[in-house]
Amino acid sequence: MDLQTIVFYFFVLLTIVAAGVVVFSRNIVHAAFALLFAFFGVAGIYVFLMADFLAVTQLMIYVGGILVLLLFGVMLTSKQVNVDIRTSNFQLIPAAMIAGALFGFLAGVLVFTPWREGTNPSTPEATGPLLGELLLTKYVLPFEVASMVLLVALVGAALIARREKDRKNA
Amino acid sequence: MESVLSMFTSFVEWLRQPGLTHFLVLSALLFSMGVFAILTRRNAIMVLMGIELVLNAANINFVAFARYTTHSLDGHIVAVFVIILAAAEAAIALAIVLNIYQTFNTVNVDELNTLKD
Repeated sequence: MDLQTIVFYFFVLLTIVAAGVVVFSRNIVHAAFALLFAFFGVAGIYVFLMADFLAVTQLMIYVGGILVLLLFGVMLTSKQVNVDIRTSNFQLIPAAMIAGALFGFLAGVLVFTPWREGTNPSTPEATGPLLGELLLTKYVLPFEVASMVLLVALVGAALIARREKDRKNA
Repeated sequence: MESVLSMFTSFVEWLRQPGLTHFLVLSALLFSMGVFAILTRRNAIMVLMGIELVLNAANINFVAFARYTTHSLDGHIVAVFVIILAAAEAAIALAIVLNIYQTFNTVNVDELNTLKD
């Protein structure tokens, strides 16, 4: 057990425990904040996979953007000051059976498939410049399409989120 | 008894050296938990959180395979696009949820069974 392994399992435990709180917590605000720790743990996993750029992107977009957006959603759609901020689960037993079977199947397939694993994993290097180069050469079309998708999605979201009477007045 | 013990020791031995399969099992676990959240949660925003967990699980798989099998950065690129689409999806879905709340005064997915009032 070297230090690296211990830190790896720390991030794994952080991710799984936080995801468990997200899944099982009765309080929706607790679930949202647990999601923060789950995203943080996944960022740590990215660091272990030598994906430094992705780890930072994960922190900035998921923790800084998506999570804040979700929290806004929680605050805007729960009835007045945390009276009805609790949430409940339903269909617990069939869902647990489906999710458990899914996990067993996936884990079995993923563990017992003989992946062509490289004998010496690539040496650590900064992935940022390489990713930038790929995005502007090999993947320039998906990159442009993604920017259009983001633009359209955000304009559409702003339009949808307006109230009905505003639209009639306009 | 003997075989259970040997299975346990080989499992502990497997745990000691993190490799590709560890990341894959972690992502399978995250994926299943996300699916569980999607199936059981009443609140639409909690369903969205389950979707985010599923997307994160897929991302871990992409990056793990990019690290251990291909030695290229294609998996990282796919993960970047997944993050971009997750951001767009969260924005759109929250706009829809806000509209649903204003129309029906609830965001419980099992009570929403009509398209309009």
